[in-house]
Amino acid sequence: MTYSNKVLDHYENPRNAGSFSQDEEGVATGMVGAPACGDVMKLQIKVGKNGVIEDARFKTYGCGSAIASSSLVTEWVKGKTLDEALTIKNAQIAEELALPPVKIHCSVLAEDAIRAAVDDYRKKHGEK
Amino acid sequence: MTVDLSLNYFALFGLPCQFNIDETALDCAWHALQAEVHPDRHAHQPDDVRRAAMQQATRVNEAYATLKKPLARAQYLLELAGGIDAQRLNANTVASEYLFEQLEWREAVEETRRANDADGLEQLALRLQIQTDAILTQLAEQLGPRRDFNAAADTTQRLMFLDKLRRQIDDALAAIDT
Repeated sequence: MTYSNKVLDHYENPRNAGSFSQDEEGVATGMVGAPACGDVMKLQIKVGKNGVIEDARFKTYGCGSAIASSSLVTEWVKGKTLDEALTIKNAQIAEELALPPVKIHCSVLAEDAIRAAVDDYRKKHGEK
Repeated sequence: MTVDLSLNYFALFGLPCQFNIDETALDCAWHALQAEVHPDRHAHQPDDVRRAAMQQATRVNEAYATLKKPLARAQYLLELAGGIDAQRLNANTVASEYLFEQLEWREAVEETRRANDADGLEQLALRLQIQTDAILTQLAEQLGPRRDFNAAADTTQRLMFLDKLRRQIDDALAAIDT
């Protein structure tokens, strides 16, 4: 299978790879996994006092499409409020990266990771 | 003798429909059936007989491959007896604590591989085997007397991650060898 140039770019130059310390102020973590392919994805967001996502990090063990999807998402969530971040849909990720149908589940995983990170933030901060 | 294609894989080999199986009985039943339906035995027969034999041989081998591996056997049994399909098993329902653990495992495998540390990989493989054995014991209980298919589905999801890890460690060891 051939990867699109955008997938290759994110794969070779991942944006915001790494981790924040769990107990850093405003940091929340979303963990998701896909048992069938064994992919594991960790997305961390750092939320400022104004409720805007200031920074993000990811760590993903999986195929190139899963890595690219999470790398892209760290770029997209920056500067967004939590509610805005939740409007990012897997179809947009798949379109941006030109993912083939067999790799759509990677973009779904990335969308799930955003939701998991936002949920974690809200749980820690007593919202909803 | 012909193979009844409507039988489930356990019945095909005359085994009880349960997770814990007698592997020797499975191997014996497979060899016996394979001998019956092997295409070479029907080489001089008309086309339709040969086609049927081929179909049966394929079915017998599929059944054997499924029952032989614990993960495939669990997945098959979940679908057969519990109505739990692949989609449910691939759903993102694994507890995040377990996923954190998986991330740590993957980091450990990657670091050990990068260090070309074959002994370290063997140690990880050993630790993984202990975890896998514990999961299999749990699965046998859930799929056995308790018949708790939802709990068994969760456990099977964990086994799927361990299966992936196993393959990664094997790949890493093979890469060091060469």
